[in-house]
Amino acid sequence: MLHAEWTKFRTTPGMIWLLLIAIAATVTVSVLAISTADCPQRDCGVSATLTGVRVGQAVIAIVAVLVIGDEYRTGMIRTTLVAMPRRTGMLAAKVAVVSAVLTVASATAVLGSFVAGLHLLPGRDLPALSLTEGEVIRAFGGSILYLTMIGLLGVGVTVVLRSPAAAIGSVLGLLYVFPIVAAAVPDQDWERRLQQIGPMDAGLAIQRTGDLTDLPVQPWHGLGVVALWAVAALLTAAVLLHRRDA
Amino acid sequence: MSTSFPREAAGLSPDSATHGQTPPPVSALRTFGRLMRAEWTKLRTVRGWMAALLGGVAAMIALGLMTGAQGSCTPQRCAQPTGPDGQEVTDAFSFAHQPLTGDGSITVRVAEMDGLIPADPGTEAEDAGQGPQRADGPPSGMPGLAPWAKTGLMIKDGTRPGAAYAAIMTTGSHGVRMQHNFTHDRAGTSGNAPRWLRLTRTGELIVGEESADGHAWTKVGEVRLNGLPATVQAGMFATSPQYSRVDDGLIGTAASGGPSQVTGAFDHLELEGDWPAAAWTGTKIGGPIDRDVSGFGLTGPVFRVTGSGDVAPATAGLAGIGVTITQTLVGTFVALIAVVVLGAVVMTAEFRRGLVRTTLAAAPRRGRVLAAKAVVLGGVTFLVGLVAAVLVVEIGGRVMVSRGVYVHPVTTGIRTQVVVGTAALLAFSAVLAMALGTVLRRSLTAVTTGIVLIVLPYLLSLTALSGEAADWVLRVTPAAAFALQQSRPAYPQVDNLYTAALGYFPLPPWGGFSVLVAWTTAALVVAAVALRRRDA
Repeated sequence: MLHAEWTKFRTTPGMIWLLLIAIAATVTVSVLAISTADCPQRDCGVSATLTGVRVGQAVIAIVAVLVIGDEYRTGMIRTTLVAMPRRTGMLAAKVAVVSAVLTVASATAVLGSFVAGLHLLPGRDLPALSLTEGEVIRAFGGSILYLTMIGLLGVGVTVVLRSPAAAIGSVLGLLYVFPIVAAAVPDQDWERRLQQIGPMDAGLAIQRTGDLTDLPVQPWHGLGVVALWAVAALLTAAVLLHRRDA
Repeated sequence: MSTSFPREAAGLSPDSATHGQTPPPVSALRTFGRLMRAEWTKLRTVRGWMAALLGGVAAMIALGLMTGAQGSCTPQRCAQPTGPDGQEVTDAFSFAHQPLTGDGSITVRVAEMDGLIPADPGTEAEDAGQGPQRADGPPSGMPGLAPWAKTGLMIKDGTRPGAAYAAIMTTGSHGVRMQHNFTHDRAGTSGNAPRWLRLTRTGELIVGEESADGHAWTKVGEVRLNGLPATVQAGMFATSPQYSRVDDGLIGTAASGGPSQVTGAFDHLELEGDWPAAAWTGTKIGGPIDRDVSGFGLTGPVFRVTGSGDVAPATAGLAGIGVTITQTLVGTFVALIAVVVLGAVVMTAEFRRGLVRTTLAAAPRRGRVLAAKAVVLGGVTFLVGLVAAVLVVEIGGRVMVSRGVYVHPVTTGIRTQVVVGTAALLAFSAVLAMALGTVLRRSLTAVTTGIVLIVLPYLLSLTALSGEAADWVLRVTPAAAFALQQSRPAYPQVDNLYTAALGYFPLPPWGGFSVLVAWTTAALVVAAVALRRRDA
């Protein structure tokens, strides 16, 4: 099953390109952020270096949606299910392949940003990175986990919606609707509440270093929020996959 | 998704299809009409397409109506005074004044300015509870001047908030300024207190001058206050706006702040002309009733006036109160995602199913097919978007008001621009995505490109980028058209957080729209060439 899913992933035209785009977009935006950053705070170096994750996640989400969305679009899903009648097993195999691939891609993107930060930060008079600090490791390692979980959220949503186009729209909407509404509401309590439940705002709390007392949600709790979103989407997907015709 | 079209959808009339006869020659206009009907049938009948469009728009409406905002405003409590040009203004300051009848002048030296600004967040002052208070609390914190703290001379048509005025002032960090009637601002030298200032009134004409030493005077400006009566109130004023400390950092733009106050010490006062009262009155003009930090020391020879507030155009957001109608449209991007996806798949579906060969066989003029598709898709998204925008702005605004949030009034012209602009933004984006679909042909690539090109720049400029980077993204990408949603101008003489999230865009409305139109036109041209040159 794993092998079959991997073959499908490997041979879908455009997939490798999209992954490369995700990596390139992440690193490019990080480099841009580092070279325009102008802030004195201690956590600035880390957040500048990880800015690209906010862009890369969109492409990662698109990859995840297409992995399974393309099967629905082409009707391939019916073939897949005939070959693998255990639907939950099929979903699990897909999740495993997507997680593995996305972890590798995310790690490359995040490490690329890290290398950029290592080289560029000293020249910009920003606090340098040091991998000996626990919170820096948390920020970078957590970003890899974050990107992977966003991908799994995408897989879940796609199985639920069964249409790649609708799924891309929904996942991006889900990611960005919370921060945008939070930025627009004048009420600070609501802003905080939205930042606690939105997958993007909560999840990216993992990138925070330095003073954590004011955060709406603590780093690992925030990553937990994203995990909840992903698990909820995948569970719904598993149930619906079992009950519905493909 | 099943994608089977009724036969007439491809533009085939039942006759020509069944009998294989050449259809009788018809006028170009009728052919185009038939093409459009065919495209409309396709759009209408594919399961999921209309649902996606309506779903996106429904989310936009829901986000506009289910605002989490809550305030304590009633129209009486929060309504702003109206300035001489009919616009909404902030007019809150401390005024040591007496009547001046006929022509005359007032000269004074601003000996010093000192004030209080909210303490820096994270400093000990804030931890001890002396930091920025909520907007309705008293100003407190650390010594300092807000950049637009103002002390100086003013001639005003009475003491009613919103009445016409002209003033010359020293400011916290913007040098000497001459301002009148709230929206007009002219810079003098960059000098600070101590500074000599003079206002001279001749009929409706008021001249402002400044001097470093009281001997050599420089004219800063000359303004005409139409309909200024013979007797005006003239004297010394002080005011200091909402202080905002903007952290134009990395992840968006954060700001903190609170009320500030300023005390101006004036000496070397000289009056010329007819000043019948011969004594100064200290009046707090405008501003909240429950917060009064005004203070006057009017016994001379050194006069002191303390004030808080602003004499400026009214603004929404951090420096002012309430929201603009732009903020009800925060859900537009969800509808935008839907129309971009729809626009892309409307075209790519034809390539995927090979339907495009049927379509082109029925209508061999390929450019016309593209045009018909663009008109139908654009028209439908425009109408749906228009209905949504009207609902959101009209009802969403009322919901905000009913929840005690102050919504700044706008003219019908601006309201129309925002509503029609939102619909146009959606329509042109859909057509742009359709053109991308024609060029790229695969829904995977077309949808991705459309989202990355049109939607992501807007999302990023709101959530990830900040300052210059966000401004550039909103200047060059199709998302520039969001400028159509801006409902209030950004004033340089009011420090505020002018970001896209709060409804301020780097380009003027029609400038931003032309960027999108340029993208769409360019993409359509490329699409037409590609469609003509390539096999379908």
